[in-house]
Amino acid sequence: MNLAVRDIRHSMGRFVLTTVGVGMLLMVVMGMGGIYRGLVDDALVVTRGVGADVWVVQRDTRGPFAEVSRLPRSLVDRVATVPGVAAAREFVYHTIQRERGGRPLRIAVLGLGWPTDKGEGLPLVAGRPLAQNHFEMLADESLGLALGERLRLGKETYTVVGLTRAMISSGGDGIACFTSRDAQAIQFDEPGESVRLERRARRARAEGIDFGRTQPGVLERASGSSRHLAALPGPAISAVIARLTPGADVDAVLRAVGGWGDATIYTGAQQEDLLLKGSVDRARRQILLFRVLLTIISAVIMALIIYTLTLDKLHPIALLKLIGAPNRTIVGLILQQSLIMGVLAFGVGWLIGLRLFPLFPRRVLVTNDDLLRLGGIVLLISVLASLLGIWKAMRVSPNEAIG
Amino acid sequence: MTEPLALETSGLTRVYGKGHTEVVAMRDASMRVRRGEIVALLGPSGAGKSTFLLCVGLINPPTRGSVTIGGRLVQDGPRSLGDLRRFRRENIGFVFQKSNLIPFLSAVENVQVVGELVGKPPSAARRRAMELLGELGVGPRALNMPTQLSGGEQQRVTVARALANQPSLILADEPTAALDSVRGRQVMQLFRDVAHEHGTAVIVVTHDHRALDVFDTVYEMEDGALRLATGAAGGPAPALASGR
Repeated sequence: MNLAVRDIRHSMGRFVLTTVGVGMLLMVVMGMGGIYRGLVDDALVVTRGVGADVWVVQRDTRGPFAEVSRLPRSLVDRVATVPGVAAAREFVYHTIQRERGGRPLRIAVLGLGWPTDKGEGLPLVAGRPLAQNHFEMLADESLGLALGERLRLGKETYTVVGLTRAMISSGGDGIACFTSRDAQAIQFDEPGESVRLERRARRARAEGIDFGRTQPGVLERASGSSRHLAALPGPAISAVIARLTPGADVDAVLRAVGGWGDATIYTGAQQEDLLLKGSVDRARRQILLFRVLLTIISAVIMALIIYTLTLDKLHPIALLKLIGAPNRTIVGLILQQSLIMGVLAFGVGWLIGLRLFPLFPRRVLVTNDDLLRLGGIVLLISVLASLLGIWKAMRVSPNEAIG
Repeated sequence: MTEPLALETSGLTRVYGKGHTEVVAMRDASMRVRRGEIVALLGPSGAGKSTFLLCVGLINPPTRGSVTIGGRLVQDGPRSLGDLRRFRRENIGFVFQKSNLIPFLSAVENVQVVGELVGKPPSAARRRAMELLGELGVGPRALNMPTQLSGGEQQRVTVARALANQPSLILADEPTAALDSVRGRQVMQLFRDVAHEHGTAVIVVTHDHRALDVFDTVYEMEDGALRLATGAAGGPAPALASGR
């Protein structure tokens, strides 16, 4: 006969309420872990999605995910000539915030290397990949944009031709993919008045020098589009990403590009590491601390509850001792109750989490490994929580059954 | 070869405190009880009856003296000889003033748990529990929780529990105190039937002089001293099921 189950049956209401309460605490612990996993997974969506073996970024910077990295577009061709590099393309990535329907709309803009990358490898759930070099975009469904919707960004209007799923930046913003040209146009968009003022300033500077005063064509050029001025660089890109040929000597590629004075190169793994250590690490540690605290709180609450349940049973425990029940029967009664409560609370937490987590604004990713680990911790805290009750029960004298 | 006595105590003494706070709760208490004998232990409050019962029940050790149950010396002064809790579970049944049932177990489970504690399979322990409850007239209430039973029914379930491990000795501490005189007498008669039919020695601590005719032997205790009042302790066993 299982005494623990009989006692639970006897005080079912209190046990159920307590278990649900502990379960909700465990659900929060689970959720915190899930938020961290989601954070990491979201952070790595871009780096893993682009399939780069190496990342070439502005010299002495940690790359576009950690800080501003600006490189000339011409670097793509230089990287492509390095022995061992199979293909190189530009990488443009930045975040913008606009208004839509009176509410802020934050978009992580990712440039795809048209025409080699049209977004075929992205997790499309509706629509199609990009089909032209301009004015089309693929939007993550978390942005709330509809297929075929047109969105004004800068001076151009872009049509949503495809919807992706789970493409979230490390900052939690939905990712929208454009061709890298369009992504740059959005990034470096300037108001017309700003362009006119810049052109007038250039003309004024040219008029101030002999060359400008003697050559009218220079003044005309200076007040024209910057695209036609050889002296001015084109819009910068964030990084150059490259795939290596199968069997290529990675160290040789790293050494070759590492020797350039204007660029720093990282492997894909290093870039992921920088990303996690940089933008995610503090959040990870904060969440970890919360999880540890919540786990301790759960253990303390469980211990107090089991202790209280044991106090209520002191007389039956004394009686059991009097009729000769061995200590293992009494320890089993308390320990099993604690374990049953822990296991049920874990199940309750998991079930509630299954329904609640999808409603969270950021992705909560609860993996099987995390669940197993937490399950192990719950079993451990169940055992620890029962120790106080067991200690009390062991001190009960059979005399107390008689008094 | 003579059958060993169900209980033999020799010179049981219990002293609480030391020096000027010393209190002798029981002195040189010797008792011999045969199998199937029902013994009453009378005496005013504070006479040492419960102290005697706790020593004989192997719950509190005596300061001096010995306890032999079923021919086996189990307590020699304060020294315990063997696993007393195990010995208690296999050889002694308890009945108290209050019914003292485990509140989260049904009537049958309260009896069954003792059977399981002595190693019976759950099904056999339950069958035996149902038989005992049937014998004691509370079979139809077997599935009720203790709070759903009357005082008399609870006491019968307690008696059934005391019998579940087929003990050689049952110790009852004022088992009828919470019952009216009619039900009190019924319980005393129940003890007599149990003693005579099961061959179990029963020692009942009681204040109720009206039911003394039920007992084979009566002891009295006063100021910690035990003396035989009536009956022939240690003599020939009374006729089992003598019809008294």
